[in-house]
Parts: sequence; C-alpha cells; structure tokens
Amino acid sequence: MQLDDLYRRVIMDHYKNPRNRGKFEDDGVTIELNNPTCGDKISLQLQVQDGKVANARFVGEGCSISLSSASMMTDAVKGKTLEEAVAMAEQFSGMMKGEPAEFEYEDIEALSGVNKFPARIKCAMLAWNALRKGVEQADRG
Amino acid sequence: MNAAQIRELFPILNQEVNGHPLIYLDSAATSQKPRSVIEALKHYYETDNANVHRGVHTLGSRATDAYEGAREKLARFINAKSSQEIIFTRGTTAAINLAATSYARSVLSEGDEIVLTPMEHHSNLIPWQQAAKATGATLKYIPLQDDGTIRLEDAAAAITNRTKVVAMTYVSNVLGTVNPVKEVAALAHKHGAVILVDGAQSTPHLKVDMQDLDCDFYALSAHKMCGPTGIGALYGKKALLEKMEPVEFGGEMIDHVDLYESTWKELPWKFEGGTPVIAGAIGLGAAIDFLEQVGMDEIHQHGVQLAAYALDRLSRLDDIAIYGPREGRAGLVTFNLGDIHPHDVSTVLDAEGIAIRAGHHCCQPLMRILNVTATARASFYLYNTEEDIDRLADGLIRTKEFFGHAIG
Repeated sequence: MQLDDLYRRVIMDHYKNPRNRGKFEDDGVTIELNNPTCGDKISLQLQVQDGKVANARFVGEGCSISLSSASMMTDAVKGKTLEEAVAMAEQFSGMMKGEPAEFEYEDIEALSGVNKFPARIKCAMLAWNALRKGVEQADRG
Repeated sequence: MNAAQIRELFPILNQEVNGHPLIYLDSAATSQKPRSVIEALKHYYETDNANVHRGVHTLGSRATDAYEGAREKLARFINAKSSQEIIFTRGTTAAINLAATSYARSVLSEGDEIVLTPMEHHSNLIPWQQAAKATGATLKYIPLQDDGTIRLEDAAAAITNRTKVVAMTYVSNVLGTVNPVKEVAALAHKHGAVILVDGAQSTPHLKVDMQDLDCDFYALSAHKMCGPTGIGALYGKKALLEKMEPVEFGGEMIDHVDLYESTWKELPWKFEGGTPVIAGAIGLGAAIDFLEQVGMDEIHQHGVQLAAYALDRLSRLDDIAIYGPREGRAGLVTFNLGDIHPHDVSTVLDAEGIAIRAGHHCCQPLMRILNVTATARASFYLYNTEEDIDRLADGLIRTKEFFGHAIG
C-alpha cells in the first residue's frame, strides 16, 4: 500500500485550494448529501440552462478525498449537458471499481488510486452522488 | 499476566498489516477474540450443536446446558440476583430497543419526560426519540460540561416527578467519561423513575455490579468484551421484566398456543422468540471466563494506565486537540490533529499497520457540541501496551509531516 498512490499532488492541490467552493447568491438546484458513516457532508448547487450545467458550486465538510473530488467535479461539469454529466458520474463510479477511465478534465484521473483504498471510495463518490441527484432534480424541475 | 503475554492469546494480533506489525487501537468498536473464545465456538459446532429447549436427545441437552450455563455466568459476572434477569439479545442496540419498546412505551404518556445526556450513542438516543414520538413524552438533556462530564447537580435539576425514564451511558465511547450512574440511579428512584444504563463500553473494562449500581436496566454487547458479535443482553430487575410484554413472538417463547390466543413462558424465555444465538451465548460465556481469569480489576487498571499514558504522550504533539476529561477516563483517547481530517489520519496510520477509528462514532449530536464533524479515536484493551501508544504517537508525527509536505 503506497500512500502516494492515494494522495497525489494534484489531489492535495484541490484539497488546499478547492475550486468552486461557496454558495451562489441566486437560486439553483441544491442537493444536500451526507456520508452517514463518517459525518461528512456536501451541499452542491447546480445552475442549469438549456439542458446544460451553466455553473456548479459546493460547500461541505470532509476529508482530502471528498473535498478534492468535489472541487474537480464542479470544475469538470461546467458547460456539460445533463446527459454528459451523468455519463461522467458513471465513468467515475467505474473508475472507483478499478475500470480504466479517461476524463477530459484530467485531474480527476488522479483519484483512480482511491480504488486501492476501499474504505475511502465513499469519500470520493460523495460529490458525484450529489451530482447524480442534482441532475435528477433538474430533469424533474 | 502482562499485556505482552495476554497479546499472545489473541491469534489475530500476530500478523502484519501493510508490511508492519498490527497495532489494534479500535477495541471500543469491537474487541479482538482470544483463542479460548474461538475454540469454544469451534467446540460447540463440532461436538454439541443442537437446538435448545427442544427435544430430549443428548446433543440437545448439552446445547441447552451450555446456553443456559452462559446465562448463569453472565448473571454472576454482573451480579444480577438471578439468571432470570438476563435476556439474551443481538447486542446492546437490541437490548435498549427492547426496553424502550416493551417497557418505556407502556409507561410513558404525554407530559412525561425521558432524561438523557448529550453524549449518548445513537443506540441509546434514537430508541428514546421514537418512544417519545409514539407516546407524546418529551426528551430532556442533562447539559454537558466543557470537560466532557456531567454534574450531579444538573442531573438532580433535570430529573423531576415528570421523569419516567433516565437513559445514560456508563462510559462514553467518544469522551471516555465515566458517568456517576449509581448516584443518578438514586436520583431517578427518588422521583419514581427507572434508569437504563448503556453498558456497551463499561462492561469490558469495569467490574459492574447490578446490586451496587441499583440500575433498573443494563444493556451490554459480547463483542466489545472478547466475545463474538451478534450476542448481548438486557439485564432488567425481575419485577419490571415480569410486567413487560414480549416484542417478538414465535417459537421458544410460548407456554400454550391456541388458534386464537397464546400465553408466554416465564422469564427470561418469554423475550427470546425463535432459535437463539446459541453459539454466540456460549462464546460470551467463554469470554467471561477469560476476563475473570485475567481479572477485571487488572483490566480496569491497565485501561486507566494506558489512557493516562496516551493522554500524556499525545498532548505533547503539536497542534492536537484532545476531547474529554483529563482525569478518570476509560481506556480511549479521541482527538483531532490540526486540520487534517480524521479519515486522512486513519489512512496514513493504516499504512503503518495502526488501526484507529475515524468518524462521528455514532454520536452526531455530541460531534456538534464539540463543533467538529468527525474525530479520530484510539481505544485500548487488555492486549495493548505502552509501545502501541508510542507507535501511534510516532505515526501521528509522520502523518503531520506527510500532510505538511503534501499540502505545503
């Protein structure tokens, strides 16, 4: 078990300097999600226009893996259609199971090492599960 | 026996994890099992396995004797007046749910109060929330002091003639606080209330005595005291248990069954519907034999010493926050290391073979009072040594270095 497989520099950079952290002033779709096993939580806001994610922001408490994952996800989904966003979440979920994955937003691939730390997969998935719920809500909305 | 000799009796501890000798510091979550307990389970399945209280064949008698023998052992271990006061359950959670559902719901009504502390495990909180919702009773909390203790004068103020139930943990699984349950029991009784004590963390570490504590109900789990998972018990005073209705109905718990009506067995079996956890109970009996062989006084002393050593050792680290009382705590230390999330602390320690707990420890309300979302916890038992704590402290120093380097 190599810690450097998990805590890659790019992950630490997102953890230390999270992108898109803080709430919007105006309304968007808001999803609150907890990780009940550890108490981590994320509140994700999505602004959806013409079937695309115009903007995404989050607030939350969590470990390096859950916060860096949220930081990357909110950056990566901007400008994507809702279908593309869901497909990305599916691909991320696959990567957590060890499936090979490539992302246009390459930083995300640094999280592939989480796969070797089963107890931490739920940390990495939290933001992406919030995204899936957000897209469902936006679709209904 | 010293801790190093005791350690040899636990096969699981003799292994490497991630290339380092395992240091197990998560016994408050579940303890490891000595060889004698594992052998007792094996022996039961290899030689005595049969259903209990049914049939007349030899194996059935052996299984029944062993199962009821375990009940006798537990009754003696916690100094109950009789083994009729011991109801086997799936664990502490099931035991508290049984008391909250069968006893409390039948006595509670609107305007009644249930008195708790903010340090309760979810298992000793949610059953009371649900009982309150079902009956119109309300929950009331004895306030927590900054040092993680409760004051008797606050307990005296909280417990009134409206109080029907007091539910309190003996030892906090987060703070290590040892609560004055005996004194609180006396307060409860003065007002005609009953007290349920959550003994999940105390039974493994302290000599507990039902006659001395004079509590009305006491819940415990075998798996935190060297026994198997899936078995625990509710102790209840006989007069209370006799008044209570079963909550699970089926085989084993009946006296006479008609097409439209049935009657129940006497105590304790009326509460044990279905085939019980026979092997688990026998494993619990073996765990009690083991703990008594080592000596509960020695185990208690060892835990107190390790907690004091860990407090001293860890509080010398830079940037560490330690929660709970400085004095008189049970064998665990809960902490946070700077702004490094406990998950990250735990993962780095795990890479060095050190197992600790990270999270909210099933105490979300307490986490909010401490103003954290999660904490790290190292908990000790009879097989841990001061060297284990030295390795933890060294591991924490390296965790800080690693994250300082990685983040910086």
